[in-house]
Amino acid sequence: MSQAEPFPNDPMVPPELSSNVFISTIDKFYNWGRKRSMWPMMFGLACCAIEMICVAAGRYDLARFGAELMRPSPRQADLMIVSGTVTKKMVPTIVRLYNQMPEPKYVLSMGACATSGGPFKEGYNVVSGIDKFLPVDVYVPGCPPKPEALLQGLLKLFEKIEKQSIRDVAWYRKTAIEAVPVPVLGPDLIDMRRAMEIREMSQSPVEPAADPAQA
Amino acid sequence: MAAKAAAAPVAELTGPLAGLKEKFGEAVKPGDFEGVVINHDRLVEVATYIRDELGYDYLTSVTGVDYLAQNEMEVVYHVLNTRAGGAPLVFKARTPRENAVVPSLITVWPGADFQEREAWDLLGIKFEGHPYLKRILMWEGFSGHPLRKDWKEAYYEQDVKPFDSRWPGGHHRRAEDRVPYADNVNFPADFDPTVYTAQADAAVYERFKNYEVDERGQFVPKEAVKDENGNGKFQEYLETDELVVNLGPQHPSTHGVFRMVVALDGEKIMHLEPVMGYLHRNHEKIGERNTYIQNMPFTDRLDYLSSMSNNFGYALAVEKLMKVTPPERAEYIRVIMAELTRICNHVWAIGFLLNDLGAFFTPALYAIEERELILDLFEAVSGSRMMCNYFRFGGVARDLPVGWLETCRELVFNRLPKKVDELDYFLSENEIIRARCEGSGVLTGDDAVKYSTAGPVLRASGVAYDVRRAEPYSIYERFEFDVAVRNHGDVYDRYLIRLDEVRQSLRILQQALNQIPEKGEIQAGKKQYSARVPAGQAYGRVEGPKGELGFYVVSDGTANPYRYHIRAPSFINLTALGPMSVGQKIADAVIILGSIDIVLGETDR
Repeated sequence: MSQAEPFPNDPMVPPELSSNVFISTIDKFYNWGRKRSMWPMMFGLACCAIEMICVAAGRYDLARFGAELMRPSPRQADLMIVSGTVTKKMVPTIVRLYNQMPEPKYVLSMGACATSGGPFKEGYNVVSGIDKFLPVDVYVPGCPPKPEALLQGLLKLFEKIEKQSIRDVAWYRKTAIEAVPVPVLGPDLIDMRRAMEIREMSQSPVEPAADPAQA
Repeated sequence: MAAKAAAAPVAELTGPLAGLKEKFGEAVKPGDFEGVVINHDRLVEVATYIRDELGYDYLTSVTGVDYLAQNEMEVVYHVLNTRAGGAPLVFKARTPRENAVVPSLITVWPGADFQEREAWDLLGIKFEGHPYLKRILMWEGFSGHPLRKDWKEAYYEQDVKPFDSRWPGGHHRRAEDRVPYADNVNFPADFDPTVYTAQADAAVYERFKNYEVDERGQFVPKEAVKDENGNGKFQEYLETDELVVNLGPQHPSTHGVFRMVVALDGEKIMHLEPVMGYLHRNHEKIGERNTYIQNMPFTDRLDYLSSMSNNFGYALAVEKLMKVTPPERAEYIRVIMAELTRICNHVWAIGFLLNDLGAFFTPALYAIEERELILDLFEAVSGSRMMCNYFRFGGVARDLPVGWLETCRELVFNRLPKKVDELDYFLSENEIIRARCEGSGVLTGDDAVKYSTAGPVLRASGVAYDVRRAEPYSIYERFEFDVAVRNHGDVYDRYLIRLDEVRQSLRILQQALNQIPEKGEIQAGKKQYSARVPAGQAYGRVEGPKGELGFYVVSDGTANPYRYHIRAPSFINLTALGPMSVGQKIADAVIILGSIDIVLGETDR
């Protein structure tokens, strides 16, 4: 919040107040406050959750970045760290938790499983990445990522937040943000956004396009 | 050791099994493995005899094997004698694949409960007489039984790895591009999601339908509405409504994605239903497609707090089939890693039990500090903090780096003993801990055996059963240590026994670090890309930090296991959670769960 180059429309600060008052943009204040008090949800899915706990513990000390206050309730959380394999059985709960988080909210996909399904991708109960359902802000690779990698991911998120402006972020617009439809556990996982498509497909299955490289 | 105990076909029934033949005649036949095949008509009868007359009081593992070619399902039971120790007794029951039914053994060994449900869920074997035969890892309403050999997942490519597209083909398409729904899903023909009613949760609450509203308007268990005098059983309590509460799957004290559905009368638990499968990652299905060695890194992700111990169990099972014995130095390295893992796990468990008690994170920080030091050692040998993937069949992946033993000695001889005493000093006599833990969640020794609990849960109930002593594997018979036992079976004893076990582990470590040969081979034979495993079946087990961790592997002589099953202590120990919690306060359910020490990666696999 430098005062070196004031904008032409900035009010003049009398010299006697210059050590007490400083002028900046609202965006800068908002983003600075937001990124330095990022409360993650206390939410562990699998192996990566253990590394997440280690990040919160003494050696890596998440508190250095103002993000040590893990909240068990989604209502009080700003950041969802999807730390581990997202299974079909669990994903309705994850989507519901995300919907319950107040705006602004961010999603960090931690590890290979949350990002793509990872080593378990082929499994019948595994979702191929949380981004099939939720908008992800930062992906952290690794299986599991080392604590340093998670911190790096958090810093990347901070960089992203710094670039946000209240003029164009979704949660300050008049239109309401629609909740993500909660998937349903049927004969397999039903993504309700694709319900009509699934109905048509199950009546007349369409074979996927042939492998272009084989042709 | 591993090679000596390898299964050999028995033509004649000898030893304890001879009596079986005499008593039951044609119902019991010798199998082409070390055990018997029991006609399923008389299974319960024979099982009762095995329990009462032969002394096998503990059912350790129940699983099924799908023999597609023979059109047959096999249910495999491993039972143990907790007093005499020794190898498990194996018996099997066979049933046709279509409409596979065997009688449930839940009346003989109540510990069969979850494992039979799992076999129903994944293999479609019905257990006649099971009171609640519902899916346990998948959800009710899921189509098909995934571990059947003819069931194919959405991303199915080929039966076994390496897939031709990757090797020798060298060309891979994204799975999403290959499948009709462009996602990891498959639906039956003519499925209409817009009119579908989900059954998943209804099935969970079904057990609570045993509750009804009595004449006073109370929500009470049906059978308990009247006692023998015609009085309402709960009339001594306040006029409270019974309430069904969900703890989890997102709850800070369920140690992951575990769910407990509890019926409460005031604060008192009337019924507790564990619901799991939220981290079911299809370990066994993937494992049966993998080659033997490809499974090693997957075992890391079972109980992700103690990957070395998981590696150990799997390596032992496959080594039994391959009939190899690791060289001396490798054996010592294995024991050192396994015991370090135990310390890691137990300090973590203690730290998080304190979290559950409300001492949020401060004791855990002390515990995590020691764990980090051990993780540094793991990282130095294996390259990874948690997922070590360090064991190989017949040895370990690489030798210890220079200076490793010195660092380890410093830790084991000087630092850790003091730190354990420190935990003990600060926690054990704490008034709040004693008030909360003593006398809560009591599990008697008989019940502990009945429900097939293992590890610290079993030993805290006064049953001195430890695989390292009962059926010594690797080089454990060389070390002097005591099997830690506590007698009250409450949460406090389950806390204390973990401290005891850490101390015993340190004793073993100190001996191992003194005896380990300075130089030597670390791998029997030469390193192989693909292990050659002769046909047969083996059950390898280790005393993991959570209890008996068993791997049941069936080989048909090819490069991939035909059947690969894990006897997961975290999963089976949960059988006792309900009985331990009923009658306790809701806040105590949390610490009872904490004292069992589950890891969801292993519970749900």
